Amino acid sequence: MAINLEDPKKFRPLRDQVHQVAMNMLRPISRKYDKAEHAYPKELDMLAAMADGLAESGAGEGAGAAGVRREESADDGNVKNGSNLASVMTIAEMCWGDVGLLLSMPRQGLGNSAIASVANEEQAERFKGVWASMAITEPSFGSDSAQVGTTAVKDGDHYVLNGEKIFVTSGERSDAVVVWATLDKSLGRAAIKSFVVPKGTPGMKVERLEHKLGIKASDTATITFTDCRVPAENLLGNPEVNTNEGFAGAMATFDNTRPLVAAMAVGCARASLDLTRELLAKAGVEVDYDRPAQLQSAAAAKFLQMEADWEGAYLLTLQAAWMADNRKPNSLEASMAKAKAGRVGSDITLSCVELCSSVGYVETELLEKWSRDSKILDIFEGTQQIQQLIVARRVLGLSSAELK
Amino acid sequence: MSLLQILKGGGRHGVPSTENRDPIGFAVAGLNRLAQSDLLDKWGVRRQTEKGVFTVTRSGFKMATNAGRSFKRAGNRSKAGVRVPSATPKGIFDLTPSEDEQMLVDVVSEYAAEVLRPAAHDADEACTAPEEVLKASLEIGLPILGVPEALGGISETRSATAGTLVAEALAKGDLGLAVSVLAPGAVATALGLWGTDEQQQTYLPPFVDGTATGPGGERSVPAASLALNEPTVLFDVLAPATTATRAGDGFVLNGVKSLVARGSEAELFVVGASLDGSPTLFLVESSAAGLSLEGDPGMGVRAAGMTRLVLADVRVSADAVLGATDGTTYTECVRLARLGWCALALGTAQAVLDYVTPYVKERQAFGEPIAHRQAVAFAVANMAIELQAMRLVTYKAASRVAQGIDASREIGLARKLCADKAMQIGLDGVQLLGGHGFTKEHPVERWYRDLRAIGIMEGTVLV
Repeated sequence: MAINLEDPKKFRPLRDQVHQVAMNMLRPISRKYDKAEHAYPKELDMLAAMADGLAESGAGEGAGAAGVRREESADDGNVKNGSNLASVMTIAEMCWGDVGLLLSMPRQGLGNSAIASVANEEQAERFKGVWASMAITEPSFGSDSAQVGTTAVKDGDHYVLNGEKIFVTSGERSDAVVVWATLDKSLGRAAIKSFVVPKGTPGMKVERLEHKLGIKASDTATITFTDCRVPAENLLGNPEVNTNEGFAGAMATFDNTRPLVAAMAVGCARASLDLTRELLAKAGVEVDYDRPAQLQSAAAAKFLQMEADWEGAYLLTLQAAWMADNRKPNSLEASMAKAKAGRVGSDITLSCVELCSSVGYVETELLEKWSRDSKILDIFEGTQQIQQLIVARRVLGLSSAELK
Repeated sequence: MSLLQILKGGGRHGVPSTENRDPIGFAVAGLNRLAQSDLLDKWGVRRQTEKGVFTVTRSGFKMATNAGRSFKRAGNRSKAGVRVPSATPKGIFDLTPSEDEQMLVDVVSEYAAEVLRPAAHDADEACTAPEEVLKASLEIGLPILGVPEALGGISETRSATAGTLVAEALAKGDLGLAVSVLAPGAVATALGLWGTDEQQQTYLPPFVDGTATGPGGERSVPAASLALNEPTVLFDVLAPATTATRAGDGFVLNGVKSLVARGSEAELFVVGASLDGSPTLFLVESSAAGLSLEGDPGMGVRAAGMTRLVLADVRVSADAVLGATDGTTYTECVRLARLGWCALALGTAQAVLDYVTPYVKERQAFGEPIAHRQAVAFAVANMAIELQAMRLVTYKAASRVAQGIDASREIGLARKLCADKAMQIGLDGVQLLGGHGFTKEHPVERWYRDLRAIGIMEGTVLV
């Protein structure tokens, strides 16, 4: 054991391959699908097939969200660099290419993360290869996910779902939707369960697609469920309502997905930094790591500050993933990573637009697009404020009743 | 000072020179002069409190450097010194310290909590570290942490990671005292990294086991100081104003070094000076003619006994150059010192976080602990988030140094992040304690003063 925070050696080839994919497949179509909101990026089918191929061959250890799963193998005392680290590294590279397109990747959705995180062995096998999107948010609540109003009522060997879900990423394109619904609203959080609802199930209807600030390549659906019957075996995890367990089961998903969203923010921000560094150099501004920032130009000093923040966000993200790989509880670190990466992502992408003046603002470069794409990463999977709340509760040792 | 300047009022006491006195200003200045005059004291109106015995608590207090021991020349001048190999990278991302590092951190953490923290308040006032604190630091081997094993030290491979962890653990106790106990080690580490065989054989033995100096023949480890700062606005450490000019087969050094830790006790200095336009390190023994000291206390890091070192035509021999004369050694030294300051920032920032956490849970306002309010809780959360970011960026830089990989980018980023965020943590720390944070009843105001040093200090410590 020794402290080493370099990118893990065994994933560097994978990281570099994904970087090539991001550069040569995503970037050329990045602006196209920013313009053509709601058009399906058909180019991604081939890419998804490639990713599946990699996964089948075992070479692509977690080339996306689907790889997130805590392995049950016994702890042999050795430090592991596993699928969580591989996932955050590859997702950051993909988002250096394009966040919206990464989110549109078939079979790599956050719903797949949920399945990977909470499904039992039989379900994991049954839903293998299914492209699943995630439906939590409803019109009446966002961050307060205990307020789930969509109901699931047991009827024989089925559950009957009723309610409306919004902000479902890839909700129209995916094969299935993981829906959060309550078995009994009076029992609070413990009664909230997630259900895999296959596309085409009667009673499930995609009502509309949102028009958004950024990540336009990714479609965002509103879906209604009206007496929608789902097989009982599609309830993920334990069907019992265990009031002691509380929200833990459902929230476990977030410990795994928050580092992924942090990785998205880190990847998108690095795209802005990389291009801005070059544009500044052409304008005669070189960043010097040895001279104090206050002795350099204001642009170089700003760049140093941004890159320092970026490095912190990136390493917090790797830390959270590394802890998951080594089966250490990482709820605090996952929220730290997302809070830091989310706000740093906005600062960097917006400041890069400012540094590059009108060149940054107009559509001839992608800087303005990245500054729009990055905003959602400080919102979904838990806003900046929610992450701070989680970190504060953990650090201060306060309950959600004490620190509201 | 010309009469005109005296009349103007500006240009002194932090008043810009464009300021002019009006009639009321003259009257106030006159009153002030009377208030300062000795007459008041002769009449016994004011209690005499100042004493003439202190050294560096007051700036401008002049004295000679410590006469020091004579270092006995040994070794071969043209032979390279002993170097430790880099740590072998395994390529695995890992945040776990090695067993040896963890043991070291445990020992140092105990020392920081049991010895440094209780002594911190008084040492800050006195601008010096108590004798017991320094003695105990020798017992745990702090000065020889970065010295190669072959030369009697404890470093088998490049120990930048261990040095970083140790500095962090020390500064959690107290930053000023941490600098005080680390200052000699900075010079010893520099000798280990860049010294010739002769320089290592001449200067390192006293650090390793002390040499007899006292009248009773007692052995002592020398104090020493790595002096790179200069009293210049917008100071660029890579372009020192201190000069070295060739004279005969040696050099003559001229210039002023500021914030030199433990300058009054130091027996050996490593001084940065510009030689033929390239920044270069020079070994200067405290007995050299032309050296003088002034007290140079600052707003913080006071326990380190900061002094100003004046070099007036100081002659050193040709073998006084430490490392290369092309600027590479000097630049590497600057980077490794900054890494040390980042590590110190981690420890003190952690001390702030650990102090405010229970405080905000106990302090009541409007019928409940203030920690139950998001404005307070989020400030604590942000401290924790930014501190961990600082820590990871610093550790990454340290592990690159240990592995012998170029770390200039990582150190530059760590320096920037730690300078910005550590100060913010100190600032918020005082804020969360409100008026109480502003008083010396709590250590947070000291940490606030200490943390301002992070983006400013150069040299002094080395990992």
